[in-house]
Amino acid sequence: MITHAPILIIVTPLISAFFNILIGLWRRWLCYPFVITVLSACVFSSIAILDTVINYGTIHYKLGGWTPPWGIEYVIDHLNAFMAVIVSFISLIVAVYSKRSIEQELSEKIVYFYTIYLLLVTGLLGIIVTGDVFNLYVFLEIASLAGYALIAIGEDRAPLASFEYVIIGTVGACFYLLGVGYLYIVTGSLNMTDLSQLLPNLYHSKVVLVAFAFLMVGVAVKMAFFPLHVWLPDAYTYAPSTVSALVAATMTKVGAYVMIRIMFTLFKPYFSIELLPVTTVLGWIAVVAMMFGCIFAMAQSDLKRMLCYILIAEVGYIVLGVSFANRMGLTGAILHILNDAFMMACLFSVAGAIMYKIGKRDIKDFRHLHRKMPFTMAAFTIAALSVIGIPPTCGFFSKWYLILGAIDAQQWIFAVALMISSLLSAIVFFRVIENTYFEPRVPVHAHNGGTHEEIKMDEAPLSMLIPIFIMVAGILTLGIFSGKIISNVIQFAVPASF
Amino acid sequence: MTIEFKDVIIQTICRLLTPPIQLYALYVIAHGHYSPGGGFQGGCILGASFILMVIAYDIGEVKRRMAEKMNTIFCSLGVIIYSGIGAICLILGANYLDYGILHKILPVNPVRARALGTLGIEIGVGIAVMAVMISIFLNIASGGEHEGALE
Repeated sequence: MITHAPILIIVTPLISAFFNILIGLWRRWLCYPFVITVLSACVFSSIAILDTVINYGTIHYKLGGWTPPWGIEYVIDHLNAFMAVIVSFISLIVAVYSKRSIEQELSEKIVYFYTIYLLLVTGLLGIIVTGDVFNLYVFLEIASLAGYALIAIGEDRAPLASFEYVIIGTVGACFYLLGVGYLYIVTGSLNMTDLSQLLPNLYHSKVVLVAFAFLMVGVAVKMAFFPLHVWLPDAYTYAPSTVSALVAATMTKVGAYVMIRIMFTLFKPYFSIELLPVTTVLGWIAVVAMMFGCIFAMAQSDLKRMLCYILIAEVGYIVLGVSFANRMGLTGAILHILNDAFMMACLFSVAGAIMYKIGKRDIKDFRHLHRKMPFTMAAFTIAALSVIGIPPTCGFFSKWYLILGAIDAQQWIFAVALMISSLLSAIVFFRVIENTYFEPRVPVHAHNGGTHEEIKMDEAPLSMLIPIFIMVAGILTLGIFSGKIISNVIQFAVPASF
Repeated sequence: MTIEFKDVIIQTICRLLTPPIQLYALYVIAHGHYSPGGGFQGGCILGASFILMVIAYDIGEVKRRMAEKMNTIFCSLGVIIYSGIGAICLILGANYLDYGILHKILPVNPVRARALGTLGIEIGVGIAVMAVMISIFLNIASGGEHEGALE
């Protein structure tokens, strides 16, 4: 069965999504264990794929038995396998976390929620494993449509936020499709490997240049890269907390993956570096994105909206790493995809757990929350330290590689910018931590001796705490094992010419 | 507010037209894999026949024939048929959607089995598209309430 793992990882959630409706019509409570089982199977097959790729090299899977330039081919190399493990693992953890929060927020719609959840996972995994640019578009649309639906079932303002996202997201998808169309006009092929061999002769053709521009802008919209990020804060703030945790951790990262694929696999690296000044432009915009994200995060009083702007800054980090176009920088970017997935899933889960318990997201209401929810706030603090980049956590390691990349590329301004934005995110997170831990306690009865208000411990349920702490464990250990991850996986994902 | 709307001409014509439309939809689905047409187009025509009934009568009339729960089941059944046929190919030892292998369980040669496999897929797609068409129309026409619209 292991030879079929590339397709099983997509077909299992796809079929299960629709079986889930039938099961839900019969017994509603069965949906949750069913979804957990399915996603565990996905995690298992993605780990099997990663293992196969590490030991035996790239996997090619011919869909329907048709040979590549004509049929659809699924190609899994180190980068795909790595991404597939991240996405399937995060979606499993968030699914475990979802139980209580969905029961509270969307008790009427549990069945359909899990169906669309599985479809979103199908779409994301499909984007990752496919080796065909049009097939990638189809999965991009599956993931986006599922994302629109999941965001729209959130709070009162969610439908409007989702509608904005639909408009901008559809424009992005259209740009991507136009790019694919132009490439098809000049080459007559949709297979990535085939295209990368056919394109070099045509690199000076205007059609190919326009196609590349369309592809990049389309993907930039999907990953919320700086000037095209406007849909993200609203959409992710008003979405149900489970959905925010899933999409924030996976959707933007998958967008970053597609960008790396386009720049370094679909087109040869020298096209994106020398023929067009893409990397220079991306680098400067990424710096602006990092600064902008951190500064706007400072101005927010809503925790989830603050995290959304931090997410925009994190996308900037990843793109900055890609734009260095050297071994260290790209290693840092790919490592940051992994670390950021864990950090964002953890932070948004914590925001959801706070929302579940106290029903508020305003940072001012967090005073003394560490007495009420000590474990949740401890998890928040560790994840925050990781975003800032304090050594034992994983965030430090990816930032270290990014700075080494900047030094390798002799881009001193970018290295300084990385440090400044780390400082800015420290300010952002310490504002929350200070509000929670260090706010002086206000005496309730000042006139009779100044006794303090009793705050009883009232933690989030275990079904939320355990997933949060699995992610915290990930944040603490991934950094220590980053050397191993790089030597086994990431160094093969970086193009050989770097 | 309910406005009594009955027009003998419209209702009779629609009642007469619906069976040929549905028959034509089945024709388009069945011939999809070797001539223009296919599951999506056929499913659209099949869905359109129900929408015509909604316009001529009302939502209640159509929901008597095709209950909402039934529609939901059809919607998922279509996709399950599609991906299920692909999965059968996997179980029999070929790649996903490699219908040629179906000759092991069907009493025909591999070439014919491939054609039949495609037909099965088209039927699945047709069912799913029909159910989704009806569902989208009913939801938009009634503002998500499914009651009281177009009456």
